[in-house]
Amino acid sequence: MSESVTAGATKSSGSKKDVSQLRQKEMIAKHFDRLAAAPDTGEKSAYTFVPGNLTELLLSFDLLPVLPEINSLQSAMRGKTAEYIALAEKLGHSEDVCTYVKSDIGMMKSGNIGPTGQRLPNPDVLLLSYTGCFTFLKWFELLREEYHCPIAMMHVPYQPDGRITPSMRDYVVKQLKDEIIPKLEQISGRAYDEDRLREHLRLAAQAEDDLVWVLQAAKHRPSPIDAYFGAVYYVGPIFSAFRGTPAAVEYYRALRSEIEDRIALGLGPVTPDGEIEQERYRVVVEGPPNWTSFRQFWKMFADEGAVAVASTYTKVGGVYDLGFRHDPSRPLETLAEYCLGCYTNLGLPTRINLLAQYVKEYGADGFLINSVKSCNSFSAGQLHIMREVERISGKPGGFIESDLVDPRYFSAANIKNRLESYFQMLEQKRLGGAA
Amino acid sequence: MTPGTGVPPAPVPDLDALVAQADARYRDYRLSSVQSWKARTGGLAIGYMPIYIPAEILHAQGVLPVGLMGARDDLEIIKGDAYYQSYICHIPRSTIELGLNGSLNCLDGVIFPAICDVIRNLSGMWQTLFPGKLVRYLDVPQNFDPQIGGRFYRDELESLIADLAARGARSYDAAALSASIGLYNTLRRIVRDLYELRRGEPWKVPTAELYVMLRSTLVIPVEEAIAVLDRYRTLVADASDRQPLDQARVLLTGSFCEQPPIGLIRTLERSGCYIVDDDFVQIHRWIKSDIPTDGDPLERLVMAFLTDVVASPTRYIDKGEKGAELIERARASGAEGVLFCAPSFCDPALLDQPMAVRAVERAKVAWTAFKYSENTGQFQVIREQAGTFADSIKLWSEA
Repeated sequence: MSESVTAGATKSSGSKKDVSQLRQKEMIAKHFDRLAAAPDTGEKSAYTFVPGNLTELLLSFDLLPVLPEINSLQSAMRGKTAEYIALAEKLGHSEDVCTYVKSDIGMMKSGNIGPTGQRLPNPDVLLLSYTGCFTFLKWFELLREEYHCPIAMMHVPYQPDGRITPSMRDYVVKQLKDEIIPKLEQISGRAYDEDRLREHLRLAAQAEDDLVWVLQAAKHRPSPIDAYFGAVYYVGPIFSAFRGTPAAVEYYRALRSEIEDRIALGLGPVTPDGEIEQERYRVVVEGPPNWTSFRQFWKMFADEGAVAVASTYTKVGGVYDLGFRHDPSRPLETLAEYCLGCYTNLGLPTRINLLAQYVKEYGADGFLINSVKSCNSFSAGQLHIMREVERISGKPGGFIESDLVDPRYFSAANIKNRLESYFQMLEQKRLGGAA
Repeated sequence: MTPGTGVPPAPVPDLDALVAQADARYRDYRLSSVQSWKARTGGLAIGYMPIYIPAEILHAQGVLPVGLMGARDDLEIIKGDAYYQSYICHIPRSTIELGLNGSLNCLDGVIFPAICDVIRNLSGMWQTLFPGKLVRYLDVPQNFDPQIGGRFYRDELESLIADLAARGARSYDAAALSASIGLYNTLRRIVRDLYELRRGEPWKVPTAELYVMLRSTLVIPVEEAIAVLDRYRTLVADASDRQPLDQARVLLTGSFCEQPPIGLIRTLERSGCYIVDDDFVQIHRWIKSDIPTDGDPLERLVMAFLTDVVASPTRYIDKGEKGAELIERARASGAEGVLFCAPSFCDPALLDQPMAVRAVERAKVAWTAFKYSENTGQFQVIREQAGTFADSIKLWSEA
């Protein structure tokens, strides 16, 4: 794409941060402070995963959640994962497998220093909510050998046909009742308090309402948000340790207010290099971002005036925009339904229809798939997804390849070329349509 | 006439003829034996992906279970590669290829057991690519409490039974299922005997040959499979012309889904290894002992799955030590070394491997590791590696 086009896409607004961003930064910093102090304060921690996380339940037992996926992606953004992955591979982990896992193992072997530079506590329990990703199961088997701590294992069945059957729900609820809760009671030394859980679930639903409003704000023209790169920050609190807390409710209320202001002013999304002044292309994005070159990757879109108006990555911790809310009146059933409904736990036909629906509802010009080497749960079948979404939506798809946290698999020139060609094609189609 | 069939009795084949027949079935992508069976019986034929399904259920409903294990190195992948990125294993692309080139047209559906994300997602692709066929994702429990995981698994099996019946299969009959369990017990017993025979006299049961025999049984009815393998067992037990060589005894692990090319297995044997235990065609050995044929047969299948199966990398190990079963297998088979032989990009095998290696090292068993794809065509590097490994065992082991 020519310089004249790219020059007009963004306007630098310095490094001014919104109130919501500052609030989020403060929340996360406090959480890592608590984690670092845990060996002294006696607070206990549970390592767990984003998809199918049981944060409200952990909070009801006063257990501190630690999310190894998030540690890995933050290590990548700090430029640490190349050495962590190299160390894990030296220790015998295959070059073929998930780099989140290898980054996590490498980080642990390097002293378990977390994203804020503080040491993370060893887990008191590994809460293996096996939802939508086979690797999770192996990951915590590996960590169990390293930390010699108990695992609370909860198997969440897959939704091949896009519906939750009573059998699936009952299976998860029984595991919660008979295995997970007793184990958390044992680890925490606290009795299960359902009223407390209900309160966390009530707060979760409030935050979920505002998150959905924010994500759906991208239906406006111009979109006031970037629903892929920018939304990564938006989903941070709800995907990690804060769902079900007053802090999360306040954060999402503040964020919503800011987006309302942006809509009123007709503003586009804020990027690290400034605001997008001219929304040239509206795209839906499937797949996780690359984290090692996150900012550079985002800039490739922003320079072209390309705005992600919807994404599937922001649904790995819950597909709230399809209507699910945590329901305090059915605490265990609602946790089961939440786990069952996370994006990567949905069959491919459901994923295909969701993407096509996004393309239509968000008025997208097309959709892009960032296929990451590490994640078979996301990536296996994405070329088929692309064809099907093109067929259903009538909009063109683009396909790029990178990795989650292994910098060896981010080829900037190659990706930039592909993106530029894709956006040129969108432009040509638009001109052709106008002719 | 063969009683009850109206078919003249076939001449009893000798070992070479028996293996040649099996090899022809193993090489037949078009599944002629399945087509013949369908023409003869009018029944449904349902494919299944690795590693395990309760084939007894299909059999009891008059359905022919057909094992699909990808392709060999002689299938040119044209369409399949267009569905997968380079970093995905090979078996889904060859399976797609076979589906799209019409090889699997005789199948009325495919069952995709829950073993990894790639096979799981392939089930969704199959739904959209072959909309008229039965596509069944068979979730299996990773919770092994009979009241929890057992209940869920039973629900899955009952749902599978209903799906098959809706396609025209016979409805559920407990007596028929008990009888089918009995037949599959016989098959499993023969396969266990063959593995036992190979452990004792590996020169009589070359793994490349045993492998072809087992693969060939995936596309024929269990009654026929029993007859073929029983005959094979008798013939190899009496094969006095097969003489021992000074080879290292190795256990091969990691090859439970995508299978290596037959050339790779031959290469390992020619490089000085007797494979005395392996993970190939694991469906016949997934359940480790006989399933009782009395009582509620569905419950018997459920309990067998929960309590008596291989400690596969695809299965969560909730109790006991990771790798313990591998070490026990090595001990029981008298293996002097372990070959970690996994397909490239196989998550279950490769994520598990560091834990298995640690267990092997703790047990002070020698090991080496390499990867393959089902279409790997060059074996020289593996031959040198395996040969060196075998030599080191023979030269430096304490025995």
